[in-house]
Amino acid sequence: MLQEHFLTRSRRHESLMGWLFATPWVLGLLLFNLFPFVYSFGLSLTSFRIGYPTEFIWFNNYVEMFTEDPVFGKSFGNTAYFVALGVPLGLVTSLLLALLLNQKVIGVPLFRTMVFVPSIVAGVAVALLWMWILDPNIGLVNHLLREIGIRSPPLWLQDEDWAKPALIVMTLTGAGGATMVIFLAGLQNIPTELYDAARIDGANSVRQFFFVTIPMLSPVILFNTITGIIGAFQVFTLAYVATGGLGGPNNSTMFYALYLYNISFWWGRFGLGAAMAWFMFVVIMVFTMAQLALSKRWVFYAGE
Amino acid sequence: MATTATQPPAVGTGLRTGRRTGIYWPRVLHKAVVYVLLVSISLFFFFPLLWMMTTAIKPTSQMFQIPPIWIPRPPQWDVFHTTWNRANFNVYLGNTVLITVLSMIGRVGSCALVGFSFARLRWPGKNVLFLITLSTMMLPFQVLMIPQFLIFKEIGWINTHYPLWVPSFGGAAFYIFLMRQYFMTMPRELDDAAKIDGCGWLGIFWRILLPLSHPALATIAIFTFMSQWNSFLEPLIFLNSSKKYTLALGLAMFRDQFDVDWNAIMAMSFLMVLPCLTIFFLAQKYFIQGISTTGLKG
Repeated sequence: MLQEHFLTRSRRHESLMGWLFATPWVLGLLLFNLFPFVYSFGLSLTSFRIGYPTEFIWFNNYVEMFTEDPVFGKSFGNTAYFVALGVPLGLVTSLLLALLLNQKVIGVPLFRTMVFVPSIVAGVAVALLWMWILDPNIGLVNHLLREIGIRSPPLWLQDEDWAKPALIVMTLTGAGGATMVIFLAGLQNIPTELYDAARIDGANSVRQFFFVTIPMLSPVILFNTITGIIGAFQVFTLAYVATGGLGGPNNSTMFYALYLYNISFWWGRFGLGAAMAWFMFVVIMVFTMAQLALSKRWVFYAGE
Repeated sequence: MATTATQPPAVGTGLRTGRRTGIYWPRVLHKAVVYVLLVSISLFFFFPLLWMMTTAIKPTSQMFQIPPIWIPRPPQWDVFHTTWNRANFNVYLGNTVLITVLSMIGRVGSCALVGFSFARLRWPGKNVLFLITLSTMMLPFQVLMIPQFLIFKEIGWINTHYPLWVPSFGGAAFYIFLMRQYFMTMPRELDDAAKIDGCGWLGIFWRILLPLSHPALATIAIFTFMSQWNSFLEPLIFLNSSKKYTLALGLAMFRDQFDVDWNAIMAMSFLMVLPCLTIFFLAQKYFIQGISTTGLKG
């Protein structure tokens, strides 16, 4: 009787302490995440614009962006291009780097550091650096191109056709970062017995790669693909800095997140901006869910 | 020797052919190829940073020479000093340090507390809250930024530094998850022993588990430093007077003013990345551990 009383008292105390310890996050979750999340959906159904009266307009913002706004379609297309080309290229580069850095040769820690470092200095400074390297007149790349006899090299960021590929190349310099490290950790987790067995069965290194490495790495590939796509949808700083926030030339670098920023904080159209943000959220969710659903067909979990 | 290796090896013999002659030429060739690739690729990746540094200290006359000059003579070291004083970089640096340090304190503290609660204590609603926590990782900032702006505007926080560091004290899903995973790996016997010695939950957290979690705390502190130091979208939205700017924002605005003065722009860019590089070289092991053990993006 006494023991039971003691137990429930200590359990009650534990519950109280549990909530107390979790208080910062309960507040953070409600104030900075869940409330804004719900609030933004509400906003997306209004005509909210700084300096104008607000009305409830149901789904008219969504209708407007799909039917009346050509830049919306273009910005979505730009981001789709970036996801479709930049994400696979980034993944392949990271994987190749990881394979190379997984070789057992002397000096690998030094090489790993050199490849990793560019990824930690992301942001404004790197955007500026690449604007300098790719400057059409005085940049290093065009200097070299002229040197080898190309008379009119591309204008890169100032050329409608070259701006997006140039931005993708910029993001590739970060391929030696987190994604590569995760691949490397995945590679080092593959038991060497599997390679021994494959070799005894007569598999050459190409076959070992496709029939041992790739299947064993598939959960990591899935993780990196999902996070890569989510990141690519949100690409902002690079495009903003490289184009002064304008997304030029001719909206060729007007990425979705950049347009969303301009609609909201340049034009003050918070209702429309919220609708665009929610559409982005839904697309990311659908992509992630689809990836997870499809993954059952190709991802191999060694533990199962 | 090289030809025998390309033939399909017979079981039991193919693996050993090299050992008999002493030097296994395919392996030497393989190593040579690996080294050539490693050296050229890592130089390729590292090159832009070197270019940033060398551009900054080049006299204008050597800027556009081909082949490029790597070690300028004489190096223009004073570019750092003079450019720094051309804009409000002192103010930007002060703002950035303030925001970064407060965010680091807030995030490390709150994530440790909450992670402890998720890992060690039993309380009603914990599992549901944990699932919600994990799902917030999928929320893009874009969905939250407009309402956050309106809320901060309502309470008079626009053009102050509060929106940039106060939310850190509410924790962040990624890092709470990281702390929880870390605490889960510690044996529960530690708690029990402390309880017998009369320690309460706060004592277990503060005196027993926290001193053992330096690696996880360091990882959170470092990642928070990196993200806050380089953060661009948040300061862009929440700040509007140049006295409040952070380095990232100030640097972008500086470029707009000094359009083609690449010496100056690269010098300031270099100063901005220098602390990140320093911290990386000092704490490299926490980076690699933090990323690879949790699959976390830096």
